[in-house]
Parts: sequence; structure tokens; C-alpha cells
Amino acid sequence: MEETAGKSSTGMVRLGGKARDWFSNVPLLGWLMGATIAVALEHVVGSPLADLVGLPKIPAIFGVVIMLKKPLLIPSVIVYVLLIYAVPIAVVSRLIAPVANRLAAKFLSISMFFSVIIHLDLLYLALHIWSEISDYRVLTLKLTLIAIMVTLSLNVINGYMGEFSCSHPGFMALGAYGASVFTVVLFVNDKQFGTAVLPPALGPFLFPIGLILGGLVAAVGAILVAIPSFRTRGDYLAIISLAFMFIVKSLIENLEVVGGPRGLSKQPDWANLPTVFTWTVVCLWIINNFVRSTIGKALNSVRDDEMAADAMTVNTRRTKMTAFLFAAFWAGVAGGLFAHVLRYVNPGTFGIQKLAEVLAMVYFGGLNSVYGAVVGAVSISLLGEALRPLEIFKWIIIPLLLILVMIYRPTGLIAFKEFNVRELIRPKKKTE
Amino acid sequence: MPLLQIQKMTHEFGGLRAVHNYDLMIESGQIRGLIGPNGAGKTTIFNLITGIYTPTAGKIIFDGKQINGLPPHEIASLGLGRTFQNMRLWRHMTVLEHVKMARYSKITYGLMGAFFGTPRRHREESEIEERAHGLLEMLGVSQFENHIVPNLPYGAQRRVEMARALATEPKILFLDEPTAGMNPEELVQMMRIIRKVHAEFGLAIFLIEHRLKVVMELCEMIQTLVFGEVIAEGTPEEIQNNPAVIDAYLGKEKVA
Repeated sequence: MEETAGKSSTGMVRLGGKARDWFSNVPLLGWLMGATIAVALEHVVGSPLADLVGLPKIPAIFGVVIMLKKPLLIPSVIVYVLLIYAVPIAVVSRLIAPVANRLAAKFLSISMFFSVIIHLDLLYLALHIWSEISDYRVLTLKLTLIAIMVTLSLNVINGYMGEFSCSHPGFMALGAYGASVFTVVLFVNDKQFGTAVLPPALGPFLFPIGLILGGLVAAVGAILVAIPSFRTRGDYLAIISLAFMFIVKSLIENLEVVGGPRGLSKQPDWANLPTVFTWTVVCLWIINNFVRSTIGKALNSVRDDEMAADAMTVNTRRTKMTAFLFAAFWAGVAGGLFAHVLRYVNPGTFGIQKLAEVLAMVYFGGLNSVYGAVVGAVSISLLGEALRPLEIFKWIIIPLLLILVMIYRPTGLIAFKEFNVRELIRPKKKTE
Repeated sequence: MPLLQIQKMTHEFGGLRAVHNYDLMIESGQIRGLIGPNGAGKTTIFNLITGIYTPTAGKIIFDGKQINGLPPHEIASLGLGRTFQNMRLWRHMTVLEHVKMARYSKITYGLMGAFFGTPRRHREESEIEERAHGLLEMLGVSQFENHIVPNLPYGAQRRVEMARALATEPKILFLDEPTAGMNPEELVQMMRIIRKVHAEFGLAIFLIEHRLKVVMELCEMIQTLVFGEVIAEGTPEEIQNNPAVIDAYLGKEKVA
């Protein structure tokens, strides 16, 4: 790209290079510390600062909504974002870098696990403080985390195995209803399902079981898609999986026991931020473990050349089956969390629009990549929220972006990149 | 008892008879060749033996076990390794991953190991990796270990494919035109590699070849296939002088 860029942009490139040099020795730990301090700063001085620069309240998602609604406030928003996020994060992470490097090395020398836990704690702390500003932020954050799970799991099929599966909303629906029925039947006094069977105090402990149950229901559904995948690939499988999604949707619509098209509500409020965060981390960890093992890489071999995979002793049927069930399981768990975050679920949610959203996240972020899935899920979710004031134009801008990505990076922003945790959390030495 | 024995194998695609009453016997450690004009059914025979197609009739006995009808991956893990005419490498995977993948059927850590990264999995993965290093070293492509295969020179790709096939621990190796598209220098190297592999692992080798030079030099016994039927079988000298073979390759002399 640099080669084709004109002379005027080489200056920009050089500037970018300089910034990269400047921050090259900041480890992840340093960035997380910077982010935590920035959000803490917002917590303390956010409101007065917003008043000062003339904003009605603390901008919910980096001020994009305010900018779109009242263009006159654009300078104020920029000042706010610079003062609260950009400058503190940059300054703090740069200043703290030597200390952070030493700490990162120390944590890593104790054990990898320990270091990962510290990083995750810091990340959670930053997200928690950030989200305490408003309920809207909490909701957006939870939905984004769930989107990460869904995108990761769909990436297993569409990216790692290279099949075009359209059934993910169906799997989510199965998971959502599976988990909801479990919790509502057991713990809620409901007209439809009668009185609660178990004391609500037990609930939060049994909630994981409900989610896993939802995941298993989705996995059973996945068998129906996996079996045709033994014989057909490409377009045919896409159509079969699309059909599956519609079947699930109309099945639930016609199932009066779970509320039919009116949906199912009264899910208990157990999907708080720590729960969703923990599930997302577990999901990412397990999926990443899987795709980096030789058994998981078998998906890639099936995608790139199935006949060669067979000849190299890879059991291709088992591999496909595993991929579908595994991906469906996580989509189901994500669906269960989704239902408990919104505390209401109806079949209409899991239609073609949801499919488009999830596919956009996968292909925008990047195929065959955990980074890509995270980037895709976060950027599409946040864009979706931030561009809300544009109403119908939102659905012009996001697809347009997607088209641009497809033209310039056909496999997505960060495709075919291994997610190496050790590499991510290691201390950074200054580059000479 | 021969390592591989094929009796009266026949295969039809719809009405087209691709292979007819094909017989073969390979002892362990033997190098055999299969030659024939384009479209004679050589690759079809490979695909039949390795389970990609199931023969319409006949028997394939490998190591005392009848294998026709088994799925290809099971046949491969019994010890029938193969390479492909057009290599069929996995274009998004690194060289090391190729060779590791060929150990798939030997992996015992299972799905739980894959999901949770158990110590056993780490141990097994590093064992596999060790072995892969060794094979790549032996075939002289270890410097490409972390490259994806489309970036490799053609000769190196062929060697990677060979390393991958060897990683399945075959008792017999099927080479489908191992020197296709090679220049004379690469050709000599490939022949050296085939000899080396044969000596090192004590494998039986069955190869399809277009270049008579290669088969004549490497093979103890050669079959000539024309229109799905073996028209001649014998030592390189016998084949070279067989009038039927000369006819098939050069055509009959026309009487004016």
C-alpha cells in the first residue's frame, strides 16, 4: 500500500511510523493501565468537563452520537475525547512503560496463567469503570461481548473451515430458548410454566448449567446442518443452513409453550457484566486453544484441500461434525446470555437481519483469526450503536464499509493471524 | 505374503470402464513403476487403492487386510501414504503445519486436550513437532518451516509434499508423477530423494511416471497401462523392448 501512495502521503506514513516507534516499547499491561486511569479520570472529572465544554452529558460512546445529532458540538466532543481518553492513555502508557515492562516480565516469570489473570483483571476493571457511567454503556458492552462470542464461533465454520454457514442465528435462538426455559421453569413464578421449583438463591450457581444446556440444544440442532455438509459444500450448504435458520424461527413461532411469536420474558437478571465477561473470556480461550491444536488445524486442511486431508489420515467427517457442534455450542451459550441480558427473547430477533450482522462482523474483522473476530465484533457493534441517529442511513454506511474492506482486504481486516497469548502479554523491549 | 495385493480390480464411471481386471503384487521394500499414455487410468488406480473411489469389483489386500470400501483416511492411517500429481498442498498453512497435520491419526489427546490445552496435549504437540523438524531436515526444506507453501519454489513444494506423506508413517508410498514440471536439475534431486527415502525408511514405493528415464532408473518392475488394462509387466529392459509398449507410446508403423 505504501508504494502506491502518493508523495503527499509519505509524510503521513512517516508520522505514523514515528508514533509507532514512540509507543513500541509499551506492553499490553501499560496500555491497560493507561486505559484504567483514563476511565477513572472520566469517572471523577467527566461530568464537570462535559459541562465545561458545553456537552449535555458525558458522551456515551465516544461522542459519535452527539456529533451526528448536533454538528455544532463536534469541537467540544473532540476536546472531550482528547482530554479524557487519548491524551491520558497516551501519556500514562508512555510514562508507565518502563515500570509496566518490568511488571510484565515479573508476572510472566511467576507463571503465564498468573500474568493472564492480572491482564484480564485490569481489562475488566477498565471496562467496569467505563460502563458505570450509564446503563446504556453496560448494555452496549454486554451485547458487544456477546457479539464477540458469536463472531468467534461463526469464524470456526466460515473462517477456519471455510464453509459458508448461515445457520448461526438459528443456533443462537436454540440456545436462547434452551437457557431461558431452564431458568424460567426452575426459578420464576410464571403463568406459563407455573411456580418456581427451586429457591432463587440457587439461581446464580445453576445459571452456567442453563447456559451450557442452551449450548447443547444448539449443538443438537447443528447435527442437522452438519450431516448434509458431508456431501455438499459451498453454495448448497449455504442454502441448507439458511433453511435451517428459517426452520428454527418458524418452529419457535409456532411453539405456543414458549410463547410463540410473542416471545418469552421474565428471565432472571443474572447476566451481569462479570458473568458475560467471564463467559466471553472462557469462550475465547477454548476456541483459541482448539484452533491452534493440530486437531483444530484439521479444519484448515479440510478447507484448503479435503482430498489431501483425507490422504493425510485426517478424519474429515469427524472434523466437520466437531466444527459444527462446537461452533453451535458457543453460539447457543451466547444466545442464552443474550436472552438473559435483554430479559426478553422473541423469534423475530433471530432472523435474516441478525445473520447479516454476524456475517458482517466475521468478514469485516477477518477470517481464520481470533483477533479478526474480536475486531469485527467490536467495531460493527459499536458502529451500529454510534450511527444510530442516522437511522436508515446506518444500513447504508455499514454495508459500504464492508464493501470497501472486501475490495481492499478480501479476507477481512486481520485475517489468518494466530492469537498468541504469550506474544501479546510479553514485555516489549525498546526497538533500536 | 506380499505387502499389497490387488486382484481383478475393475472400476467403471457410469458406462465408462476406466480400469479393467487390474492385478498387482508389491513386496515390502520394492520399488515399482506404472507407466502409460495420458488417460490410461494411472491416477484412477491410485485413487482406487487409496479409497477415494471404491472399485466396482475386485479385491485390495494390504498387510493381510482387505481395504477396499474403507474410508480414505483409515486406509491412509493403515500405512498407505501418497502424493498427488498437482501436490494438493494446503495453501494457508505453513510447512511445519503440513507435516504436523499428517500425524492426525496418531494424536491421542482428543478433543478435551484440544479445548483445554492439557499438559498431555503440549507434550504430544511438541513430540509431533520434533518429528516434523526431523523430516523437513532430511528433505532439505527446514529453512521454510514457518512459510506458507505458495511462497515456496516449486521443487521445495514437492519436497514438502513428500515430507507430509512420510509423516503418516507409510509402509508403502504412492508417488503420482513426482517429477512433473521439474527441470533436469530438480529431477536429479528428486530421484536422489526418492532413493534416500527408500533406503532410510525401507518403504515400498509405487510410482506413476511420464518420464521413462526416471522409471527405468528407479524401478525394479514396471507395469504399462493402456486404456485401463495392463498390456505389459516386467523389468525395465523387458518393458523397453516390448513391442506392445512401443506401439502404445509411438503408435504403429503405418504401411504405405
